[in-house]
Amino acid sequence: MMDGTFNDAQTGEQRIRNFNINFGPQHPAAHGVLRLVLELDGEIVERCDPHIGLLHRGTEKLMESRTYLQNLPYFDRLDYVAPMNQEHAWCLAIEKLAGIDVPRRGSLIRVLYSEIGRILNHILNVTTQAMDVGALTPPLWGFEEREKLMVFYERACGARLHANYFRPGGVHQDLPQDLLDDIMAWSMEFPDVLADIDGLLTENRIFKQRNVDIAIVTEQEALDWGFSGVMVRGSGMAWDLRRAQPYECYDEFEFDIPVGKNGDCYDRYLCRMQEMRESLKIIQQAIQKLESATGDVMSRGKASPPKRHEMKTSMEALIHHFKLYTEGFRVPAGEVYVAVEAPKGEFGVYLVSDGSNKPYKTKIRAPGYLHLQAMDHICKGHQLADVAAVIGTMDVVFGEIDR
Amino acid sequence: MVCCNYNAKFAAPAPLLGNLMSEELKELGAQVELKCPKAVSGYEITPQGELLVQVKLAHIADVVEVLKKGVVFRFSTLVDITAVDYPARADRFEVVYHFLSMYTNLRIRLKVHVAEDGMVPSITAVHPSANWFEREVFDMYGVLFSDHPDLRRILTDYGFRGYPLRKDFPTTGYTELRYDEVEKRVVYEPVNLVQEYRQFDFMSPWEGAEYILPGDDKAEAK
Repeated sequence: MMDGTFNDAQTGEQRIRNFNINFGPQHPAAHGVLRLVLELDGEIVERCDPHIGLLHRGTEKLMESRTYLQNLPYFDRLDYVAPMNQEHAWCLAIEKLAGIDVPRRGSLIRVLYSEIGRILNHILNVTTQAMDVGALTPPLWGFEEREKLMVFYERACGARLHANYFRPGGVHQDLPQDLLDDIMAWSMEFPDVLADIDGLLTENRIFKQRNVDIAIVTEQEALDWGFSGVMVRGSGMAWDLRRAQPYECYDEFEFDIPVGKNGDCYDRYLCRMQEMRESLKIIQQAIQKLESATGDVMSRGKASPPKRHEMKTSMEALIHHFKLYTEGFRVPAGEVYVAVEAPKGEFGVYLVSDGSNKPYKTKIRAPGYLHLQAMDHICKGHQLADVAAVIGTMDVVFGEIDR
Repeated sequence: MVCCNYNAKFAAPAPLLGNLMSEELKELGAQVELKCPKAVSGYEITPQGELLVQVKLAHIADVVEVLKKGVVFRFSTLVDITAVDYPARADRFEVVYHFLSMYTNLRIRLKVHVAEDGMVPSITAVHPSANWFEREVFDMYGVLFSDHPDLRRILTDYGFRGYPLRKDFPTTGYTELRYDEVEKRVVYEPVNLVQEYRQFDFMSPWEGAEYILPGDDKAEAK
């Protein structure tokens, strides 16, 4: 649109107004419900104002009127791409406040499934990133593998997505040996699939043209904007909570932390690919360790249900079971902040307890919230077409951003 | 791309909840108090081994700047800002800040208290990432931040009224919306619950709930 009057398009000075467009909320590359108000100068983005909250469900408000156990499934619905990693943070927060120890087998199963979650997330991210920049085959191949992983979820807890499997004190049920064998067998085959995706993308000319030197994040920017996870590692900082502030039993595992050099979309893609390979190492180690760790998967106490057999035969156990699932358990008054290295970055829970059976206040700190906040900063000066690549590389999921 | 084992630039993993860690945190708390004596009204190590520093409202931005730029602190990453509502208190809201130092591998929590009509100095000048967090606290609790560049609502609907995370805001909210076939648009209406909001009291009768049984008043009358 051109403003003002002009007589000769060839010679006259023309006043040209910047163009405002709405990107989303229904746009396939918006990865959910994101509305961006973009101010464009030709094809160059001058300003980018993300409007979020279209998926706001008031999770934090709802949690204040439910017991600790009833709140657990809300965490599956935050980052629905890797549900168990979120549950992990909630369980750790309760355990830290109530002083519950997790038995070794439970702890190993949690590590195993957290890493499965990481692979679930990274497959989705890497392949949809490829789709955003024009490739269709990677998501088709990658989603086949995600489907296999979801079957592992289903075999552990009965649900493909909304697991509700990690519980304060351990995990809900033990895993049968044949499931562990199948996960092991899958982990032997998966590197071939990764190699296929690698072959499709890594040296692909179009993929590189769309990703190399796009959305460069320097070390200082990553700190200023509070980035975490791959967004910092892509910029050359080896920061990973699994190593830096080990939780669960990550300190026993052998794995490397891949870091990028340039901090562009392409380096972050490479980091994610390598992280999947590292996760496979952890999965294989966890399965080996699980062979010798044959114990209970949950610490039996006030916060966990009695075994089914006991519940059916003992009156005290029955009362315990009934009270646990109605009144719930109480968590001592206090406050705690616990963070896990979720696939997208630092996922934290700030929990304030007043000593009752419901949390007084919960704050969910989602990594994507901070990443998306930097959209304006990162997009400035990029082409409109790069906006899709930037959203993809930030790995945003609106379940956790809007809460 | 390079693949490295733990990079030497960052501190070695600290033992979780060890005595060593809490000593280090205690020292850090003393340092903060020393650097900003007027601003800090106290610090403590919580039983969970986290450092909590109480800061006076007017000085929060200065303390955050010292924490970011001070050579001994280097809390360069803002992790989170949130608020907690205590309706019974005179200073109703607690605004809680979390910071992380990737260099010393430590975390710190700052707290300020603010009344319902009070203003919190914004820290967006020090940490640009505080922008959305402060918008969210404003949106959810109605706490105002002075000198914030763009204090709009963020998560709730356009034109939303009220502050949902306050304790006196009902979980159901006040308005609901539906598509109106006659007007051919989405209309807002007051909430109309077909069934009473299901909120059960499961507390043990001998511990939590206060049930008043018929005849209880006679016992008190004596």
